[in-house]
Amino acid sequence: MTMHRRKVLKGIAGAGVGLAALKAPYVWAQDAPFKIGLLTVKTGPLAQGGIQMEQGIATFLKQKQNTLGGRKIEFISADTGGNAAGAKTKAQELIEREKVNVVLGPLAAAELLAITDYVRDNQTPLISLGAAEDVTQRNANPFVIRASSTSGQCTHVLGDYAFKELKFKRAATVAEDWAFGYEQMAGFQRTFEEAGGKVVKKLWAPLNTPDFTPYIAQLANVDCVANGFAGSNPVKFMRAYADLGAKARFPLLAGWTAMDDALLRSLGDEAVGVVSAHWYSSSFDTPSNKQFVADMRKDYNVLPGGYSAGMYIAGQCVEAAIKLVGGKSVDGKTFADALHKVTLDDTPRGKFSLDRFGNVVGTVFVRKCERKDGQLVNTVVKTYPDVSQFWTYDEKAFLANPVYARDYPPAKNLE
Amino acid sequence: MSFAPAGFITVRRVALAITFALLLTLPFWVGNSYYINISSQILLYAVFALALNVLVGYGGLVSLGHAGLFAIAGYTAALLLDAGHGHFVADVAAIVVTLAASAVFAVLALRSTGIGFLMITLALGQIVWGIAYRWASLTNGDNGLKITTRPSPFGLSLNGAPAFYYTTLLVFVVALVTMILFVRSPLGASLRGTRDQPRRMNALGYNVWLIRFFAFLFSGFWTAVSGLLFIYYNQFISPPIAALQTSAETLLMVISGGTATLLGPIAGAAILVIMKNVVSSYIERWNLVLGIIFVLIITFMPEGLVPGVTRLWRKGWSTLRGRKPEPEARKTGGHGS
Repeated sequence: MTMHRRKVLKGIAGAGVGLAALKAPYVWAQDAPFKIGLLTVKTGPLAQGGIQMEQGIATFLKQKQNTLGGRKIEFISADTGGNAAGAKTKAQELIEREKVNVVLGPLAAAELLAITDYVRDNQTPLISLGAAEDVTQRNANPFVIRASSTSGQCTHVLGDYAFKELKFKRAATVAEDWAFGYEQMAGFQRTFEEAGGKVVKKLWAPLNTPDFTPYIAQLANVDCVANGFAGSNPVKFMRAYADLGAKARFPLLAGWTAMDDALLRSLGDEAVGVVSAHWYSSSFDTPSNKQFVADMRKDYNVLPGGYSAGMYIAGQCVEAAIKLVGGKSVDGKTFADALHKVTLDDTPRGKFSLDRFGNVVGTVFVRKCERKDGQLVNTVVKTYPDVSQFWTYDEKAFLANPVYARDYPPAKNLE
Repeated sequence: MSFAPAGFITVRRVALAITFALLLTLPFWVGNSYYINISSQILLYAVFALALNVLVGYGGLVSLGHAGLFAIAGYTAALLLDAGHGHFVADVAAIVVTLAASAVFAVLALRSTGIGFLMITLALGQIVWGIAYRWASLTNGDNGLKITTRPSPFGLSLNGAPAFYYTTLLVFVVALVTMILFVRSPLGASLRGTRDQPRRMNALGYNVWLIRFFAFLFSGFWTAVSGLLFIYYNQFISPPIAALQTSAETLLMVISGGTATLLGPIAGAAILVIMKNVVSSYIERWNLVLGIIFVLIITFMPEGLVPGVTRLWRKGWSTLRGRKPEPEARKTGGHGS
């Protein structure tokens, strides 16, 4: 009888508009849509990365026809403006007004730190792209996972590779004057010096440096320079570095943001030869990466880098967690626990799992920038499988030390 | 207000009563805690804008360093809470420290007026930003400071959105009342005097410097209070709060709403907070919209939104009653009403 009545009702609605008929399966499903909220940056100096983040998750949802593990997905994007107070308000918007089931992002470390307590208090899981080390270390949060990397995760590899494979003995570092720069360069310094090298100069440029000449002019008597710039600064820095003739004298090494594949189209010959360590490579041969790169090319005409791959992978984590809870509507804590259990075999960065702090253990690629058929490419020269945020160190000993900072570990070899 | 038609005063009173009733019942009719939080933000920025308006509007002293004072209050409270002190100690200390900083700011900046004053306050504000950013061992640099709890005065927890809203509303009302009293007080009148005729005031025996100094402290006090509301609201503070952009945004609130009016900064705060937080989730280019709004305000209501709307309203009212609009001079003379 009820069937009959519903049919009639559907018939009435369907007679007017086909839309009602389209929505019918949704009415039949027992659960409301699963809501994904993205905290990104669309205004200000970090906007480029933020837009790529949105493209990454949009590409994933399109591939999956907006359905993950049987749940219909509703996607909401919010622009934090790249600052902490904005991130807080936008997190409130996503969690309190939109009642999202999971938050992806934010981009910058300060934004992430501003909202980690808030997401815990509100029992909403978050998949971070921000790299602040302590969020998955000393202040690990049961509601946060990170499938990209900590700041030091790639530069540990870079320091090791620079000494052992490239045979550099003396290095200088240069990065932005903020936590992401400090933590990256600390990771580089630690593995480089423990292998036997010396970091003889550490330079810090403000985020909005108009001209890098004064910093480049301070470089002398080193075998290599490691840089940890982010946003659009690497483009400016590398151009100045080549123009001033430093590139010919001191080979350049780079962290993941400083040589992201998405930057390649803004770069020219100044980038050729730069060696970088990244947790993602657009040329990596996995089925999902091929599909991802092809779709990004088709829809946005870009080569994807870490920002978009990070959010694509975050989408895969959400899908895996939805499957783990059987597609049911569950509370935030249960979903966060499911996210912590995620292991994936086929992602654009290869297979990975999460450690007990929710941080990724996965491949790190060492790449060298080359020109092939007129195009710049980051060719993978070595892969380090199963790299953890603790590198090869003992977890307990690692966590007993202070968090990486501008002056930790202390640079004893400065000249 | 004595020039206004009798009907206008009644309308104004009714409007104020309705607004107040709406504010008092806001958590019950907006429902969603997100909008309650946005309202708390509007009120806390309104307190900040009112504080800045004391100098900008009534004193004619345009400060671009108030974000520094705002951040000093927030950082002081955060550092003391972090060190294990109670909320009462932290809050009182934050206000005292900010007042001391205001006094230093005032002594340095009041050596001049106009552009000179603006540049000195800008430099002082940037020094605070620099300290917050670079003295990482104290302020935790770019990563900022967190506080874990909001205070619970008399055992009432302020953790929920409505509870925090009512606290902010209470502080806002107290701030507004003291502003009204200040503006009507002899000190307020003499401050306006120093704005319009500093030399004549001096000749009349007023100590112009001291009047401005007190006004600066009064402004600093309410800046400190709004800084405390900010840190308790966000439970987080980082260097961008101390930067020029915060000062400039607050100045925009004052100027777009209407300087030297009491309702102007409140309207300005509402516009900016709503544009930044609510409209930005519908329009990606909200900065552009905000810019257009400011251009429109400056073009059609150069005196600011509140005085501008009042002028248009009176004009409309008079036309409706078949009277001639009042002469222009009288209305612009109504500063500080």
